[in-house]
Amino acid sequence: MERILEVKDLRVNFKVRGGIVQAVRGVNFHVNKGETVAIVGESGCGKSVTAQSLMRLIPSPPAVTTGSIRFKGEEILTKSLRQMETIRGKEMGMIFQDPMTSLNPTLSIGKQITEGLVKHQGMSSEAAKTRAVEMLKLVGIPNPESRVSQYPHEFSGGMRQRAMIAIALACNPSLLIADEPTTALDVTVQAQIMSVLKDLQTKLGTSIILITHDLGVVADSADRVIVMYAGKVVESGKTRDIFKNPKHPYTRGLLRSVPRLDQKKDEPLIPIFGTPPDLIKPPAGCAFCARCDEAMRVCVNNDPALVPVEGEGHTAACWLNHPLAGEGGESA
Amino acid sequence: MSNSNASTAHSIIKPSHGDPLIQIRDLNKHFNLGGGQILKAVNDVNLTIGRGETLGVVGESGCGKSTLGRTVMRLYEPTSGQVVFDGKPLYDLKGSAMKTIRRDMQMIFQDPYASLNPRMTITDVIGEALDIHKLAGSRAERKKKVESLLDVVGLNPDHATRYPHEFSGGQRQRIGIARALAVEPKFIIADEPISALDVSIQAQVVNLMQDLQRKMGLTYMFIAHDLSMVKHISDRVAVMYLGRVVELADSDELYANPAHPYTQALLSAIPIPDPDVELERERITLKGELPSPINPPSGCPFRTRCPLATEKCAKDTPALAEVKKGHFAACHYASV
Repeated sequence: MERILEVKDLRVNFKVRGGIVQAVRGVNFHVNKGETVAIVGESGCGKSVTAQSLMRLIPSPPAVTTGSIRFKGEEILTKSLRQMETIRGKEMGMIFQDPMTSLNPTLSIGKQITEGLVKHQGMSSEAAKTRAVEMLKLVGIPNPESRVSQYPHEFSGGMRQRAMIAIALACNPSLLIADEPTTALDVTVQAQIMSVLKDLQTKLGTSIILITHDLGVVADSADRVIVMYAGKVVESGKTRDIFKNPKHPYTRGLLRSVPRLDQKKDEPLIPIFGTPPDLIKPPAGCAFCARCDEAMRVCVNNDPALVPVEGEGHTAACWLNHPLAGEGGESA
Repeated sequence: MSNSNASTAHSIIKPSHGDPLIQIRDLNKHFNLGGGQILKAVNDVNLTIGRGETLGVVGESGCGKSTLGRTVMRLYEPTSGQVVFDGKPLYDLKGSAMKTIRRDMQMIFQDPYASLNPRMTITDVIGEALDIHKLAGSRAERKKKVESLLDVVGLNPDHATRYPHEFSGGQRQRIGIARALAVEPKFIIADEPISALDVSIQAQVVNLMQDLQRKMGLTYMFIAHDLSMVKHISDRVAVMYLGRVVELADSDELYANPAHPYTQALLSAIPIPDPDVELERERITLKGELPSPINPPSGCPFRTRCPLATEKCAKDTPALAEVKKGHFAACHYASV
């Protein structure tokens, strides 16, 4: 399968008062052509910083980004800002959580779609406008001919998110980064938006990185899942393996703490106790150790590496997966 | 027309636990937007909440669920209707009688960042409620009460002198709960209490709320758009659409046998965190957008998006009627 994105040892540090926040601490993953990879984890786990780094949207300074991001064979981290402009919007598109603040309130929706087409594809404004109407139709906005000249405030939340998808996909990028695309929306609208994304992916062959904390959306949409905790990947694998055979206690904890609609009410929720660690002083050992009910002595000072576990391409970073774990191990 | 039917509805509705603590009767809250435009945020709502019961209220943005909560709390004056709280007509109370009853009803808000005064220490945030209702005789007693409340909600009492920004979102929501509990209320309205929190923290807060309910015999109205969590915490659930309650049933019953086409669509839209289940599921995708509550459709408010709608639905507003024991739906074609 063709890999369009390969991230190696990505690290992002932010200088703040009181120290350096290590927001992303050595992340490795790849994305194949036409697949949907979900990145899940709690606020502050580094999932959004990772996503924004892919497009070099994290301002530097204050951030220091190291490692390697290869997109279609080219290194992203060494590109100049001018070179980035030819990639952003054309090769990589992004949609954000809050469509009201990420659309320009002073430009018509049509103008915001045609901007990229004129710039990247050298289209005439006539042709670009025709394409804008087509895009709005594609994402399911009724009366696209009249809607194209309206402004963001004249659209509802769901329609704005559709418009943002139209903007992001207008130049037919090979990678779409969707950062919590449905979090601000109602469930019925969420279902509409996710089905628009899936349709377009089938039609255009776009790869999607889906950043979300909603495990239901992941189960419904993703081919593969990357679970992040405290700036690191703690588990990754095919969606079914992650849900049916999670090999990291944090993944298991996440799955247990959400109630399921198809479950009997009486089963109690099992929360993950405590809160994530401070990334100014990340723990020496496993970052999840302090909240983990399966922690062992080794976890306190030794950070487990991401190693292959049962299932194709399934990896997890937990000492419990060590071949000798469970043989007379002592708990911490 | 809907009034007569609706009043039969609330006389039949039996709370699942004990006698009613709250009876919401024909409640309307309309906002005058000027220029002859009236937004009917809450429209002829009848609900009863039993002592010790948790009533979940769900619906999408703009359905009126928060306005309902605020009107029941009398943060808004109603346009018409009455709420009988513990035998007393809430909207007829004045002055000190109202102040006394405010002790019995408290609210927990959605945004733990915006609902705590950033310039007050936690002692003062919680202590303020004690001061207003004169529940602490001395400074020492006030301090002791605050510390024991922090302990109840699982926070370290030594942190009482800290400010809100020193706490995480989940901890702040615990402070919000401690503040609500300070006056020893009977009834708590929680308006989206967990939607700003991470999933692992949501379960902590929900478990705490359930724990406190068992220990203190609290009655809850739990307003949320997360239907899985509402199902988990509620005894009964009311589904709202454009200011009206369109379905009401025991929570297991509602989720197993939704009778209203809107509830059916809403439930089918929620993704289930299990890829095998998701593969098999059929989704009912609703057409179009939520109509404006300023100019709602004639007849049934849901008819413009409903797959079952007929001419009858444009003419007659269906009343909330019992489709099977304890299960009510406002639909001419409710399935049983």
